[in-house]
Amino acid sequence: MAIESVPAPLARRGLRNRLKAGDWIFTTLVSATAALVVLIVLGLFYELISRALPSIRKFGLPFLWETQWNPVRETFGAGTFIVGTLITSVVALVLATVLAVLVALFLVEIAPPWLSRPLSYLVELLAAIPSVVYGLWGVFVMGVFIRDYFGPVVVDTLGWIPFFDGTPLITGIFSACLILTIMILPTIMAVSRDVIAAVPNSQREGIMALGATRWEAIRIAILPYARSGVMGGAILGLARAVGETLAVTLVIGNKVAIPSTIFDPAYTMASVIANQFTEVENDMHRSALIEIALVLLVITFVINVVARLLVWRVTRGQRVLVQE
Amino acid sequence: MTTLFRGRKGPLLWLLAAAALVALLAAACGGDDDSNTPTAAATTATGGSPAASSTAGTIAADVGKNDKADITGAGSTFAAPILQAWFDDYNKLVAKGVKVNYQSIGSGGGVQQYTEKTVDFGASDAPLSDAELAKAPDTLNLPFVLGSVVVTYNLDGVTKPLKFDGATVAKIYLGDIKKWNDPALTALNPGVRLPDKEIVPAYRSDGSGTSFVFTDWLSKVSPDWKSKVGTSKNPSWPAGQGGKGNEGVTTIVKQTPNSIGYVELTYALINKLPFADVKNKSGAFVTPSIETTAAAAAGVQLPADFRVSITDAEGAKAYPIASYVYALIRTSSDGCSKYRPVVNAFWWILHSKDASATASGLNYVPLPPETVAKLDPALKALKCEGQSALPQ
Amino acid sequence: MNPRSGASQLFLASEGLYRRRRLANRVMTAVMGIAAAIAVIPLFLILFYLLQKGLRGLSLDLLTQDPNRPGRPGGGVRNSIVGSGIMVGLATAIGVPIAIGCGVFLAEFGQNRAGLVIRFLVDVMAGIPSITVGLFIYGLIVLPQKQFTAFAGAVALAIILLPVVARITEEMVLLVPRSVREAAYALGAPRWKTTLRIVLPTALPGIITGVLLAVSRIAGEAAPLLFTALGNQFNSTNVFHAMDALPLRIFVYAVGPYDYWHEQAWAMSLLLVTIILFISLAVRAIFGSRVTVRQ
Repeated sequence: MAIESVPAPLARRGLRNRLKAGDWIFTTLVSATAALVVLIVLGLFYELISRALPSIRKFGLPFLWETQWNPVRETFGAGTFIVGTLITSVVALVLATVLAVLVALFLVEIAPPWLSRPLSYLVELLAAIPSVVYGLWGVFVMGVFIRDYFGPVVVDTLGWIPFFDGTPLITGIFSACLILTIMILPTIMAVSRDVIAAVPNSQREGIMALGATRWEAIRIAILPYARSGVMGGAILGLARAVGETLAVTLVIGNKVAIPSTIFDPAYTMASVIANQFTEVENDMHRSALIEIALVLLVITFVINVVARLLVWRVTRGQRVLVQE
Repeated sequence: MTTLFRGRKGPLLWLLAAAALVALLAAACGGDDDSNTPTAAATTATGGSPAASSTAGTIAADVGKNDKADITGAGSTFAAPILQAWFDDYNKLVAKGVKVNYQSIGSGGGVQQYTEKTVDFGASDAPLSDAELAKAPDTLNLPFVLGSVVVTYNLDGVTKPLKFDGATVAKIYLGDIKKWNDPALTALNPGVRLPDKEIVPAYRSDGSGTSFVFTDWLSKVSPDWKSKVGTSKNPSWPAGQGGKGNEGVTTIVKQTPNSIGYVELTYALINKLPFADVKNKSGAFVTPSIETTAAAAAGVQLPADFRVSITDAEGAKAYPIASYVYALIRTSSDGCSKYRPVVNAFWWILHSKDASATASGLNYVPLPPETVAKLDPALKALKCEGQSALPQ
Repeated sequence: MNPRSGASQLFLASEGLYRRRRLANRVMTAVMGIAAAIAVIPLFLILFYLLQKGLRGLSLDLLTQDPNRPGRPGGGVRNSIVGSGIMVGLATAIGVPIAIGCGVFLAEFGQNRAGLVIRFLVDVMAGIPSITVGLFIYGLIVLPQKQFTAFAGAVALAIILLPVVARITEEMVLLVPRSVREAAYALGAPRWKTTLRIVLPTALPGIITGVLLAVSRIAGEAAPLLFTALGNQFNSTNVFHAMDALPLRIFVYAVGPYDYWHEQAWAMSLLLVTIILFISLAVRAIFGSRVTVRQ
């Protein structure tokens, strides 16, 4: 980075020193806030690891794939919860990101201001609806729709494909995926919209001047520029999907079993923590629940690394953002 | 610093200032009610004057009428409405200076907070287990209200209450009985046309005392259940769908034809859910009600530490899926300022006619007087600052 | 995938290619429009459902009264509104400066290994289930004090807000064209002044969106408050006491046994969304000209 080498122009010594002092204070302050974040996360990890230790010692690595969860017998394995979380959050992330980017493009590039402004407000507003409302709507409106209309049609037409048979009820893993998609949509959409809107007009104008259609301008000039920011929004959305408790708990059916069809009840890691933590059976039960929270953190971490590697490979190491 | 609020950077700082202002404003808006709190909390409780109320060895129900304290309690969700109503009554009718903030964070949460001493008392759907008691050995498990669990269902065309026995319910929840027209069910319900439809059992997905009482009963009446699942707030259910809270179970049952579920009696009465008659130990089919739940308490001997299960109780009228709800109070305390008002308030809850009426009005089951009489010595033995908390 | 290679393709246009390109443009425009419709419909439905359920319970009493004793219909949730205002305001005041500092650090000094690590940690932090944050603060603040406090609740909310605002700040600062920054340097502005007076104000619209998103989220969080602020059926403004919050009461009322509780839970949800709407409208009205990204 060339910024350090930019000198204060022909300043007197005292002024230069004052400017340097200002830079020093500034650097120290922002570094301190960053260090605080490190401290908080380390503190969280320490707290979780120390309280999960009994469970880690007793069950070891098989905790990750064992599917027994029996507080009475004190046998605990997180397998079903991990599967449930992965399925619901990945499906929701993919659906929501694709939709969110398309909608953001529509809002910024296509829709006239009289349409895009109220829609933007509306979208941000939806991030404020408490998750219990999403959950209740998911049960009483969406769930009933799936049970009575959507589910039977799917089973009749696609039932011959594995995973698409089963008995549609108002709750199940399919409902959970949909409700999560709806819930994380506003976050990803709001961030994507801002990122796309922040792409300098010179980018658009340059490519349009060369005769590109609007879609080509989006594909060639805008999306690459906005990619990193969209990623950031998607990761925030994913984080919410992975950690969401109340809405998912209300719609997923909460059954400790790996679902065999898209309509089966399932369970997620955040749900089991929310369901059982306030009513633990014994100390090992509490420890196992905290270990699940720890695994959840590690999974978020891994997904982050993978997502970043993917983006890095696609952009072949270039940071598109730094281009001018 | 002042320049920070000007210029193009200004908006951000204004935003922060606005956030702080909102906090202050909110504080100012509701300030008046709370103004006496710090002094109230600091004042030492005066207690009832011992000389006046200890004449014939009986203690008046309103013994704590001169107390002043801010109390915090937490725990059982089931007991939250009745406890909050009682403490409201207590504040208005008896002790104007006592404000009790009771929050429903779950029985397990209540036990934990009680053990960690972050609250002045806990409330739990089950007494402390031996392991929990080891962490807080100086605990009085004080029963103060009764609860019972009803079996509810969604079955078209059935008008009068269905009849169940424990073994059948166990088999339904084990997944052994799959259809409504199973011989075991038709035998229990002669004259009722049960459909050839699959049963969808619904259970509590969140850990709960309701599940504990329900599985405790099933474990007593079905050896199969005892060996395969056992008694638990969080049992691993072999079959069915989980909903969060009484509300979640009710939703599944209401929305799913041919389903069966279990909820608290209080909840079922308020929401007018259909519920089944259940066969008790003496072979009678009993309709769950305030009276039959109280009869269950009468059917079981209260042990010295009051920790007892009253499911599957003796007695022709005893409803078999019932339990005590417990307050968790230390047997002694270094300070009296918050301790004595707690003891006095529970004394009022157990002995006052007003308190019993409030309970019945909210569809809760107050303890029968015979049971209360057995609790009195334990309450009188509670000590703070080396003296009895209640006047002797 | 850079503009130059795309541009060279464009020069190869022939009649057929041109038609294909126009078709692709039309199809993709339609796809974006349809996507917008698909995405917005359920959102509209949820809002409509909320309005339908919530309007019935709205009344002046809801805003000005404290809760009635259970089982007696009526009363309000003034204590919860006051509590939410205090805790969310406090959490914003604590969390936003730290978050912006962290975001600036990532954007300005983060193109190295330390930045990589901190960026990961921030992303991981965003994925922590809110109930876990509550437990952490419970161990850190509530247990040592032996007292549930609104302050502990606000700190828990601040921790949830932090990663959201920090990441969005980073992205937005990175989007500020380098030419803007270099112009400031060329005029002799030191780095701190450039960042505070030139870069941050340019990135402000996006940062404000981020703050609003984060505030909306923490205003609706119940789980981190359960073991920190606890809740309180009385009106309390003492931040070192237990305090109520709208989401806590919404949750208790939504799963409770009484019909009027359910009605009030819906009304409170509607109230929460309305308050957030007013806040974001106000913020945008006050800073309107600066917040609009592109005309």
